[in-house]
Amino acid sequence: MSISIEVIKPGAQSQLQDLGRYGYQHLGVPVCGAMDEYSHRLVNLLVGNHTDQATLEIVLMGPSLRFAATTQIAICGADLSATLDGEPVALHQRLTVPAGAVLSFGRRINGLRSYLAVRGGFSVAPLMGSRSTFVRGSFGGHLGRALRKGDVLQAADFKPAGALPDLPLVSTLPSAEITPLRVVLGEHWAGFTAEAQALFAEASYRISPQSDRMGYRLEGPALARSQPGELISEAVNFGSIQVPPDGQPIVLMAERQSTGGYPKIGHVISVDLPLLAQLAPQEALRFVPVSLETAQTLYLQREQQFAAALGDAS
Amino acid sequence: MTIENWRIDAVGDRCLLVGLGTTVDPETSARVHAFVQRLRAQPIAGLRDIVPAFSTVALHYRPECFGPTPFASLKALLLERLAQPLDAQQAAPRVIEIPVCYGGDYGPDLEDVAQRCGLSTERVIALHLESAHRVYMLGFAPGFPFIGGLNAQLAMPRRTTPRTHIPPGSVAIAREQTCIYPLETPGGWNILGRTPVRLFEAGAEPPCLLGPGDAIRFVRIDANTYEAMLEARQ
Repeated sequence: MSISIEVIKPGAQSQLQDLGRYGYQHLGVPVCGAMDEYSHRLVNLLVGNHTDQATLEIVLMGPSLRFAATTQIAICGADLSATLDGEPVALHQRLTVPAGAVLSFGRRINGLRSYLAVRGGFSVAPLMGSRSTFVRGSFGGHLGRALRKGDVLQAADFKPAGALPDLPLVSTLPSAEITPLRVVLGEHWAGFTAEAQALFAEASYRISPQSDRMGYRLEGPALARSQPGELISEAVNFGSIQVPPDGQPIVLMAERQSTGGYPKIGHVISVDLPLLAQLAPQEALRFVPVSLETAQTLYLQREQQFAAALGDAS
Repeated sequence: MTIENWRIDAVGDRCLLVGLGTTVDPETSARVHAFVQRLRAQPIAGLRDIVPAFSTVALHYRPECFGPTPFASLKALLLERLAQPLDAQQAAPRVIEIPVCYGGDYGPDLEDVAQRCGLSTERVIALHLESAHRVYMLGFAPGFPFIGGLNAQLAMPRRTTPRTHIPPGSVAIAREQTCIYPLETPGGWNILGRTPVRLFEAGAEPPCLLGPGDAIRFVRIDANTYEAMLEARQ
């Protein structure tokens, strides 16, 4: 037995995602996974799931979903005006959904990506160790694609979650006119001109409409290299900031290729990637360099918070 | 062989890159694959992916597995593994045979390549068959191999205008490399022929026919054999 969730309206780009498909990058397979890993993990914890269960990543225009039977859900990340049978629902809460209820989304208030978790997780078989959807490769998640009208998702049969974990955590959404993102300097930093190095830490960049789960293209002052020329392709990572010959940076996101040949001027630090994933096209950001030690200390602090919350939940 | 002139760089806060050379050539690639073998033989807990490229090996890691200073701790583990000479007698690579139907509709650039190299098409095919091919790395798309070892007489740049649709299985050359397009994608390499074998299938184990470091032997087949093999695959 499982619970059917009918897609009445698919939304703009609603996809099942998890923490990514690791172990295959040496074969050229992109990792994929949630753009905002933090909200994804948090929302799973709220319904008593493991953090590697798939959640539904909802972008800008949300879907309408009818639940065939009673279950529990939670929504984290962007505020996209979620309603349950027309009544507004709060973010970061565990909600009981009665049989037949319809979850819908409306106007975007803040952030870009909402994450919906259902108690017990969406029932899709992992492919190559992951339930994440890779749309370009047409595999993973629900039939290798975003939801369409008439799709029926399955969720685990309902068993009430245990006591709410004591979560000292809340998702953070962009709150400034120009969102500061902390970065560590990249391997090719020294190959940029002094002017480009100064601009990198001072200028603001706008997110181009040609941005997606693969990469965020930025528009702003061009970053020039002092030693132009081709580089040998090498590994890139979530958050790597590549600079192609036109000087306009590209931040590589969840669905990035495993390798790239453009110089890397920096890398957005892991704990700030969720903030970047919540920024929409036309919104602005600036880079704030920090040391690698700082970035890793912040990372470890966040992992300790999650470990403590998981300890509470189990 | 001893490992010299290596470099270790952070690629952000959860990936580290070991550089083992500054050129794209079979010797550098052999060092890369020998070092990957070393990492498999002396595994490090907390690594999520080991990704070899032309001259580097990237390690994607979980910082929470390496104590309070993750990058420094992982670097120390790598220094131990870089200090030992690599086996001169490293394990012989896997040899994978790839059947190819050269020329005609399957290899639309064969005649152009022959002309630009000042060779007959038969000579181009012969040189391609006898080159010592070895997979440098996979990237760009799932299962897309960059294969080194192409005979220098066939080295040439990519096409000035890339094609928008390249049929899956197309075997193409650029610089001193061969590639095989696993899926229909755009691309600018010079297409010599096409293979009927499937290079990538999501969910199959392994999902990829080729792996980094594999030796490739191309085998010439005719159009009838190509079509028969393609049909048998369905």
